[in-house]
Formats: sequence, C-alpha cells, structure tokens
Amino acid sequence: MAIRITTPLTAADARKLRSGDSCLISGVIYTARDAAHKRLCQRLAEGKPLPFDIRDAVIYFVGPTPAREGEVIGSAGPTSSYRMDAYSPTLIAQGQTGMIGKGARGAEVIAAMKECGAVYFGAIGGCGALLSSCVKKAEVIAYEDLGAEAIRRLEVEDFPVVVVIDSQGNNLYETGRAAYLASQK
Amino acid sequence: MREIASEQIAAVIRRLCIQANCILPEDVRARIAACAQEEPWPQAQEILGQITQNYTVARERMQPICQDTGMACVFLEIGQEAHVTGDLTAAVHEGVRQGYRDGYLRKSVVKDPLRRVNTGDNTPAMIYWDIVPGDRLRITVAPKGFGSENMSQIKMLKPSDGEEGVKNFVVKAVEEAGPNPCPPIVVGVGIGGTFDKAALLAKRALLRPLGQPSQDPFYAAMEAELLERVNALGIGPQGFGGRTTALAVAIETAPTHIAGLPVAVNINCHVTRHQTEVL
Repeated sequence: MAIRITTPLTAADARKLRSGDSCLISGVIYTARDAAHKRLCQRLAEGKPLPFDIRDAVIYFVGPTPAREGEVIGSAGPTSSYRMDAYSPTLIAQGQTGMIGKGARGAEVIAAMKECGAVYFGAIGGCGALLSSCVKKAEVIAYEDLGAEAIRRLEVEDFPVVVVIDSQGNNLYETGRAAYLASQK
Repeated sequence: MREIASEQIAAVIRRLCIQANCILPEDVRARIAACAQEEPWPQAQEILGQITQNYTVARERMQPICQDTGMACVFLEIGQEAHVTGDLTAAVHEGVRQGYRDGYLRKSVVKDPLRRVNTGDNTPAMIYWDIVPGDRLRITVAPKGFGSENMSQIKMLKPSDGEEGVKNFVVKAVEEAGPNPCPPIVVGVGIGGTFDKAALLAKRALLRPLGQPSQDPFYAAMEAELLERVNALGIGPQGFGGRTTALAVAIETAPTHIAGLPVAVNINCHVTRHQTEVL
C-alpha cells in the first residue's frame, strides 16, 4: 500500500519514511533544475531571500515541455538528480526535506539528508506523459527567463514516487539490486 | 538529376520531430513487452508496465513520451543523383525549429557550452551527412535525451586488449551508468575507425531496429553475449533491481589503424526514438 504524503513535509515526517516505500504526494511542490539551483544557492550566498519558502519544501527536478492551450503542463518526468548534488546540501541545510528525481546521489547529499532529516524520492524516468496528469496547477514563480528551467509552483495530486534514499542513508539502488541478485542464486 | 525542394525537406523534418517524440517505434514497444514476459522480479515488471502505459498515453494525446525531447539528431543520406534546391542546412534547422514549436516540444539547446544561453528553438540540429548512390533523400530524425547521453563513454583500447577488453569496457560503462540513464537502456557500441568515428558508429548503432542482430555472425554473437552480461548486472528497470537492464546491444564496426582499438559506448534510455522518411 502506498503511503499518502501531504506537503509541506516536516523533517519529523521525512524521518519516518523508509527506502523502498511507495508514496503518493499531494500538495505544493516546486520545480528546479541545474540553472535554477545555481541561482538559488547564489542568492543564499549573497544573504538574499529565496523566491519560495524552502523550509519543509519538496523540490522536483524537472523541466517540463510547454503546455498546450487548455493544458496545465506538458510532459513532466524527472531529470537526473546527480547534477543537483553540488547544490542540494546547501538547500537541505536551509530546511528542504524532499527531493524528487531519478538516479544516483553523491555522499555529501546523503550526509546532509541524514543530518537534517530529508528524503530522496524517485519518480519513473521516461514516463513524463503519465506523470503530467498528476499535476493539477502550475505557475512560474521565478526565473522565467530560464524557460523550461524556470521555478514552477506545482499543485499535485497523488503523484507516485518511491523512497530511494531515506534519512538513514538506506539506498534502494543498492538494496534492490542486491536483493534481485540474491534471488537469482 | 532529380530535384527536391528544401521547403519540402523542412516540412518533413518538422513532422518527424513531432512524431518521433510522441510515438515510440513499434520495435521498441515489442521488445519491452518481450522483456516484461521474461522479467522475474515483480517490482521490475510493474515498472515495465508503467513505461508501456506511458507510451500509450503519449501516443493517444500526441504528447511527448518524455519531457527531455532531446537534441534533434538528423541523419541525411543524400543520393548523389538528387539535387536539392535552396539551402539544405538551413532547411534542416528550419524543420527542427517548426517541429519543436508546433509540437510543444522542450527547447533544450544552449548556444554555448560554457555561457549556456538557451537558443529558444532547439536549434541547431546535429546533422550527420552521407552521400549514397541513387536519387533519393533518406531522412531520419532521432531526438537524443541527455540523461542517457551523459552516461556514454569512449576509450582508445590497445589491440592487445582484444575482444575481452572491448566487452569488459562495455559492461563497465553500463554498470557505472547504473540507474542514471533511465534503464532499461539500449546500448550502441562503435568499434574501430578513429576516435570520432567510433563515437559516430555507436550513435548509428542506436538507430538499428531492436532485435535485429548484426549482419556479421561474429558481432551478432558478441551482441548476444553482451546483452546477457549486462542483464546479469541486476540493475533492472529504473535501477531498482531486476533482469531488464538493457533491451538490446547493437555493435557497428569500421576498419582501424594497426596501433588502435577505439571503442565507444553510446547509451540510450528506453525512449529510443527515431522516425524515417524517404523523399
């Protein structure tokens, strides 16, 4: 059974999630990719406020395709998360509790997740058409000049994810593969 | 001399960009279905089911299968008896510009690799030219996503590394890519030629219909063996474990220098898109 999560996600709730849990996320999440992450961290370095409340926030690593007339959003699947590794620890230290992406994360990100209580969710890569139907509202709130890479505030309903790395550092990419290989012996 | 108008070429490329991004080729769908049948790991089967459902939704709505609608790789085989009126290169870029605009595809190209300002229309396309006999023009559009492109590798092996060296390099590249390139993946391998030729061969290998082995029985056997080895890694769909790490391994080769053994591995995600039209 999938665990229902409503954002904002507190660190206490994030700490309850375990690697391998299937979850359905509802509420507000924010989109950001490489270029937006770079700007967010630059603002923090300059001591300026961020364009949204980072505390207890979930950031989705995605650059959607343009919406057609009458559509909320275009295709919107996850992008590779490791490209955000340079920035995520800084944002987690500011209170970010959730990340949605796909693929491996670096040791520094996992260390920050353990220290502050954050979780890394995986959405299925290459399923952007399917995932877009869970997005009920989308609005650009910052860096419109970045186009697909602008920061969007999304309202999602039952957005399907799996906890890949939990706040204890358990990693489904390691345990899932090991369990499958053990089953084949 | 047969004449082909550049405007016609632009119109075809526009259409191919949209179709390639919204309709997955039948060979890829069929291969995913076959792999799902053979997949012993329940979670992996479930993911393959969702991937298939996504293809169906995308085709029904004519919506991009993946939000990374790629860099437009355009392969042109130009018959030497054909004459294109107008500017062929400009027509290719114009077709891409129109296709990415009218198909609501993502504009993912930056003008400069370090200064990184988006060109706003997904141009320029990557154009690969070939002059061939005849009077036809064969156009293939293969949008290439970068989640998988970033996991590609090239190495100049020594002739003494031989067949084992090549195979080990391919398997290592797939293992290092792990969950990042959206497995199940398609593995294009280029062996031989020069440094750049090997990479091009690997890219071309990704255009071959899945399930169609190399015409050379030696390399067909190597493809089968590599697919077995890659799928024994256990990475599985999305990297969550399972058999189906790769859908296919395709090898293309070229003659090379007595001192060299270049090997390139170009990785594609399960959204292995390409559409072709002959004018």
